[in-house]
Amino acid sequence: MLTGLLIVIPLVASLLVFLLKGKAARSLALGAALAELAFSIGVYFHFINHPGDTHALSLNCSWIKSMGIHFAVGLDGIGLLLVLLTTFLVPLIILSAFRYDYDKPNAFYGLILLMQMALIGVFTANDGFLFYVFWELALIPIYFICLLWGGENRAKITFKFFVYTLFGSLFMLIGLIYLYNHTGFGSGIKSWAINDLYTAGRSLTVDQQSAVFWMIFLAFAIKMPVFPLHTWQPDTYVVAPTQGTMLLSGIMLKMGTFGVIKWLLPVVPLALEKWGGTAILLSSIGIVYASCIAIVQKDYKRLIAYSSIAHVGLISAGILSANQQGVQGAVIQMLSHGVNVVGLFLIADILFRHTGTRNIDSLGGIRNMNGQFSVLFLIILLGSVALPLTNGFIGEFLLINGVYQYSAGIAAFGGLSVILGAVYMLRSYQKIMLGEKPNNAMEFGSLASSDKIVLITICVVIIAFGVYPKPLNDLAEPAVKALLSNLK
Amino acid sequence: MKGLLIISGLGILAMLAEIFKFKKIIFPLVLLGVLGAYVANFMEWNTPLSISSFDNMIAFDKVALAFSGVILATIFFWFIMANDYFENNSNMIDHITLVLFAVVGALMLTAFKNMTTLFLGIEIMSIPLYVLAASKKKDINSNEAGFKYLIMGSFASAFLLFGIALIYGATGSFDLMQIRAFISAHSAGTMPLFFYAGVVMLLIAMLFKVSAAPFHFWAPDVYQGSPTVITALMSTVVKTAAFAAILRLFLVGFGGVTEVWTMILVSVIALSLVIANFSAAAQSNVKRMLAYSSISHAAFMLMVVLANLRSNATLGALLYYSLAYSIGSIAAFGVLYNVTKKGDESFEAFNGLAKRNPLIAACMTVAMLSLAGIPITAGFFAKYFVLITMIGTAYKWLIILAILTSAIGVYYYFKVIIAMYFKPPVETEEVPVELSQKMVIILTTIITLALGVVPGFVAEMFSF
Repeated sequence: MLTGLLIVIPLVASLLVFLLKGKAARSLALGAALAELAFSIGVYFHFINHPGDTHALSLNCSWIKSMGIHFAVGLDGIGLLLVLLTTFLVPLIILSAFRYDYDKPNAFYGLILLMQMALIGVFTANDGFLFYVFWELALIPIYFICLLWGGENRAKITFKFFVYTLFGSLFMLIGLIYLYNHTGFGSGIKSWAINDLYTAGRSLTVDQQSAVFWMIFLAFAIKMPVFPLHTWQPDTYVVAPTQGTMLLSGIMLKMGTFGVIKWLLPVVPLALEKWGGTAILLSSIGIVYASCIAIVQKDYKRLIAYSSIAHVGLISAGILSANQQGVQGAVIQMLSHGVNVVGLFLIADILFRHTGTRNIDSLGGIRNMNGQFSVLFLIILLGSVALPLTNGFIGEFLLINGVYQYSAGIAAFGGLSVILGAVYMLRSYQKIMLGEKPNNAMEFGSLASSDKIVLITICVVIIAFGVYPKPLNDLAEPAVKALLSNLK
Repeated sequence: MKGLLIISGLGILAMLAEIFKFKKIIFPLVLLGVLGAYVANFMEWNTPLSISSFDNMIAFDKVALAFSGVILATIFFWFIMANDYFENNSNMIDHITLVLFAVVGALMLTAFKNMTTLFLGIEIMSIPLYVLAASKKKDINSNEAGFKYLIMGSFASAFLLFGIALIYGATGSFDLMQIRAFISAHSAGTMPLFFYAGVVMLLIAMLFKVSAAPFHFWAPDVYQGSPTVITALMSTVVKTAAFAAILRLFLVGFGGVTEVWTMILVSVIALSLVIANFSAAAQSNVKRMLAYSSISHAAFMLMVVLANLRSNATLGALLYYSLAYSIGSIAAFGVLYNVTKKGDESFEAFNGLAKRNPLIAACMTVAMLSLAGIPITAGFFAKYFVLITMIGTAYKWLIILAILTSAIGVYYYFKVIIAMYFKPPVETEEVPVELSQKMVIILTTIITLALGVVPGFVAEMFSF
């Protein structure tokens, strides 16, 4: 029931926002997002205090009876963490838009809330069909956000993004239908329920599992994105409005990694044994490849886009290694990356707003003009390069540990990301913030209060969870254990 | 049955309107009549199977009633959408009459029990459409469309008749059930060769009517040349009726000789998917694009026939697809009709529509999303139900092909959306849309979304 409400609140809010005009729309959007955050924290405490209370936490009613499709949602530790990430980031994303005077604000904020609804649906769905519907539903608002409020050449780029992801998800649909068709062995009653799909998947032969594995993995790999399916990503991130980029990289990307954890690992264990290595190798190639490209980028937004590919490559490798450290690290890193990357994209946006450029070479000496900004920037950046005592560290440590258990060679190769990440991040910081002003005319005033609130909140989270990651681990560890025990 | 009688009566009444001078009220009268027919049709739902009329020539069983319902609902919306096509027309009465008789033919096709009624239905439906296609008398394209449709349609009718004759020669009956009994009484190979030839000829004739490749060459020209509202009629009512007929003919009548028509159907579906989608992507004229896209939808619907599950899932899938496609098309053609009134039918005509008519643009977006098969619109579930029926068959590669070509489909449907939202408008003032038409567009959009939220409502109609 509570989970159902988590989905309904943003939906209702978004419909209301569509009806309003101007400033009222955005105030309501922010209010609704904050209410949703408060509610999700309430759900979190309920989950902690009454762990076995499935009656309150899950909802299951029939949707299309003849096909065994249910509107079934529920929460486990991993799903709850990602729901919290979503409800935490969406108010920040809405707040970060306050500096802009977007055309048709009601549509803009309405679409963001609609997207939140779909994302929470993806993270809570316990029915394969429902999962697919939410998965596709998340694509439509973000497509329109990018198309309507994006930058130059957006029609072409967002279209590429749309077709790429749709293409992948259609294959996932086929994979899921294939599984569905194998459910009901014995009873004859077919069902989309997650446990029935698990059973159906495991009853398949290795070859059948492999086919399902690649069909479903294709969708997730495109969403993350994993090398070589990443070509839509940098352009889309750059052309999208800042809020769109934040939604894409902060939350939507996690749909892919979350999908692998919940909808791929437990379904096809035999195929994972056979093909997991190949997929890990692809992910690791992506890490090094994207890091190297990031080093030579001049546009700061594009640099972050490539760094995101590198980070997610490590996450995906950790998940596919299918051991406790790897998967748990991936879950923690998904949260940290979500928070940090939103901060970084906001910084790129602030730089552009204040100086009119995102080109690293034509920036410099900002530290002398705005010390506060440079401190906040530094904290977020250190979180992103995973310095100990920041939130990035714990996840990355577990991830590399997990991949090492799978294969030392790949861990060494993928671990390069830590070094390369430090290279491009610190170098860009040096060029942008330190040194001399490129020209005397450049000014950098004080930060707007909405930007300040967002950046400080993110910094607090980075340090707080860097020093005390226990709550995250407490949620993730048992959930991952349960998942992996399923695999055996 | 009552629905069919009411529409026939309405057609005759419309003919009298000019003589007895009640031309002014004929339009509301027709709307009321169609609504009445729908209600009558609906009332029969609980007492269907007992009614077999005219010496077992026609029977409105549940399947027939369901497809008739789709046709009657579509034609109701269609009449409202097309109202000013009739108003500005000196031959208004003739046109209304012709449309009504075309619907009579369509309703017969949903319920035939006998080859004679099949042929009658097809002819009653087609002949008015030949005339209507050419109804823009001074437009050379419209004349071409009518002429082409007539020639090609007659050709298909010849195939149909020849096929019926051959089958009669083999089985000695026009009756569908007796033909079925004949097939089950003979083992494969013992039936005369010309019986198989007859089945193939019938298949070709029906494939022509639904414009599946390679029998599709008439469709783009006819769609483009005909007045837009008539194109809408062809792509909704005619398609639904033809598929209801195919369903009955091949799954009931020739269900015992699947080996004859399965391979033909597989290649037709594959060809249609590829040709239709690639050609549609290359079009610059929206109407022509929709013509090619309708070929691709026909291929999807043929997949249901191919899967031949002999279960309620088949009926549900085809019915749902017809409804989703008809309703989506009415919305799309309604917008297209208003936007292209000035004569420009290219994608540019849609440029900046989101700024000029935001509401209409939003409705068109939903229609395009539905035709492209994006959740959570009706079009998505339509495709989903088809894929579910197909997954158990031996033709899984067709599913992959359908998916690949659907991705191309997204390209051309989204061209419209991008034009509306992204391209700067040529003119800034609002496109005038009549209130009644606006209502139809909005209503069909709502239905498209509602069907996506509660698809079980239609898809489970046959779960008895």
